[in-house]
Amino acid sequence: MTASATLPIRARTAVKVRRAGARPWTFYALLALFVFYVLALYGPMICIYVLSFQDVRGGLVFPMKGRSLHWFVDLFTQVRTGDVKGAFGRSIKLAALVTVLTVVFSFLAGWAFRRRFPGDTILFYLMIGSLVAPGLVLGIGVGLLCNFLGIESSLFGSALGAQLSWTLPFGVLVMFAVMSRFDGAWEEAARDLGASPLQTIRLVVLPILLPGIVAVALFGFTLSYDEFARTLQTSGPLNTLPLEIWSMTLNVTSPSLYALGTTTTIVSFLTIGLCLGAIVAIQRRRGGRAAGE
Amino acid sequence: MTRAKGDIELAGVCKTYDGEVMAVEGVNLKIPDGAYCCLLGPSGCGKTTILRMIAGHEDPTDGEIVIGGDNVVGLPPVARRTAMMFQSYALFPHLTVRDNIAFALRVRGQSKAERYAAVDRLMDKVRLTELADRLPAQLSGGQQQRVALARAAITEPRVLLLDEPLSALDEQLRIQMRQELRRMQRELGITFVHVTHTQLEAIALADIVVVMEKGKIRQAGPARDVYAYPKDRYVAEFLGGQNVLAGRVESVNGSSIVVASPQLRGIEVPLRKGVAASAGGDVEFAVRRDEVELVRPGVTTLSPSVASVNSRVTAVEYQGSFVKVMLDAVPGQEFVAYVPERKFFDDPLAIGDLVLATWPSQSARLLD
Repeated sequence: MTASATLPIRARTAVKVRRAGARPWTFYALLALFVFYVLALYGPMICIYVLSFQDVRGGLVFPMKGRSLHWFVDLFTQVRTGDVKGAFGRSIKLAALVTVLTVVFSFLAGWAFRRRFPGDTILFYLMIGSLVAPGLVLGIGVGLLCNFLGIESSLFGSALGAQLSWTLPFGVLVMFAVMSRFDGAWEEAARDLGASPLQTIRLVVLPILLPGIVAVALFGFTLSYDEFARTLQTSGPLNTLPLEIWSMTLNVTSPSLYALGTTTTIVSFLTIGLCLGAIVAIQRRRGGRAAGE
Repeated sequence: MTRAKGDIELAGVCKTYDGEVMAVEGVNLKIPDGAYCCLLGPSGCGKTTILRMIAGHEDPTDGEIVIGGDNVVGLPPVARRTAMMFQSYALFPHLTVRDNIAFALRVRGQSKAERYAAVDRLMDKVRLTELADRLPAQLSGGQQQRVALARAAITEPRVLLLDEPLSALDEQLRIQMRQELRRMQRELGITFVHVTHTQLEAIALADIVVVMEKGKIRQAGPARDVYAYPKDRYVAEFLGGQNVLAGRVESVNGSSIVVASPQLRGIEVPLRKGVAASAGGDVEFAVRRDEVELVRPGVTTLSPSVASVNSRVTAVEYQGSFVKVMLDAVPGQEFVAYVPERKFFDDPLAIGDLVLATWPSQSARLLD
């Protein structure tokens, strides 16, 4: 009796096990959606990278004509393509300055916002406001204001300001996230053990926040390096790299445009890789010191 | 070198954050040098605020804090020679155990060799040497606590302040670390002030238990005094182990009074010095749960020196060494008897059984 009663249960379990291995149809539907998403995200960029490696016969559209680095050489040697080298150098310098300012001010703002103070909400929204303001309009505004005040538009003046209006709110938001994990008890413990406020910052706060600060720096650099809309009306006579690319799209009709795209992407990835590497290195150094007994 | 005295005296200490609500209200307290003092109370009773004021992380709105004869109000923690152990230990996550402990010496400008020598000596003493190069994240809760203690002790403070030091640990470890705390305190020979909301922790550890409510001290004294001889209803209920009963005084005769209420008839309660009780007045008294004996009605005749209440068993909880029997002696209020295990199982009671809850009249304690 008992045997016949248990048998169907066993059979049912077996069926269940087999079906658990198979995926429901929704899995395939979502997988298809994801593949489409990845293609839409990376497809256009990959097209540009691929087309930049054509040889001298290359054109702006598929099919691919030959394989060479011709257009990369062309990019840095031909005058008709514009001042790519100079623009690149200027962009890097500007981005470096923006990064430093963004890190310093985001850190200070994040530090200030840990406690409530009168008007903090208004100040916060004022700061975030420039994130939602259309970049192009904001850029024109900065240009107009400089004009009105009699200040010449220049890369390290008006353009720097316009870019900071973009990178600072981002930096502060990231810093908020970083600081939210900072335990005030660490500060108090440092004070309890006799550290001065400066020692507390130097020996406790900065080292603990360092990975987050690197992340803010990364934001500052990449946002500035890629910035177009706000810089367009404020850069003065000299172009940054994105502005140079934009002007090239208007008058250059060769794959050197694509080669430029590939080159800047490599620079961006290098920067990101460097920063992530730094964060990993910081953590590994801590872990390594700990493990090396 | 004579060791600096670590006796603490709080005189009229008040603290308010907004000028209206008093977090601490007129606290007077003396803690002798080398004592283990527990500040006990529910969250928000002001015990942590008192600790932080002794530590120098908050300033009192009013009153004096004297450590070893010096008024320390306004002084930074280092000048007070106090050290604090934080609730979650607040170990610096980026520093190894050795560097965490060495931190106080580092900010004093000691050279690496000098401070590591001192730290290694201390780590050896508190058995942390093998953890020296670990990071806090790689330590267990108990190890973290030992590191936090060592970090606080490296400056040779005269007072160590501990903010709920055991709350981050699980039950078993808590009991183990509690012993370690007590041992450390004896070894260091300095004053410990320990904030907790756990009654058992306080009475197990402390020389002086300070029971607090709403910014005020309700009772302060040796653990046994506070547990066995509570001053008022609040202390009795907060420390537990007591049944609190209320009634009207029927008569006063010499050294005792007779109390009655709808549920209680003619209960004799000894008078206590300093507690006023006159016929017709309302009083409260406490009966220890382990003094309550349960007998089935009509089985024996009770001696006249025993007080009793009719009740019914509402729940039974087995606790291992004793059995917790809940009774409905007073409606809407807990009345509990702790019956020794063996005694209970000689004649086990079931839910719904009618019993007489009895206790020696002399053991009842009149409350303020």
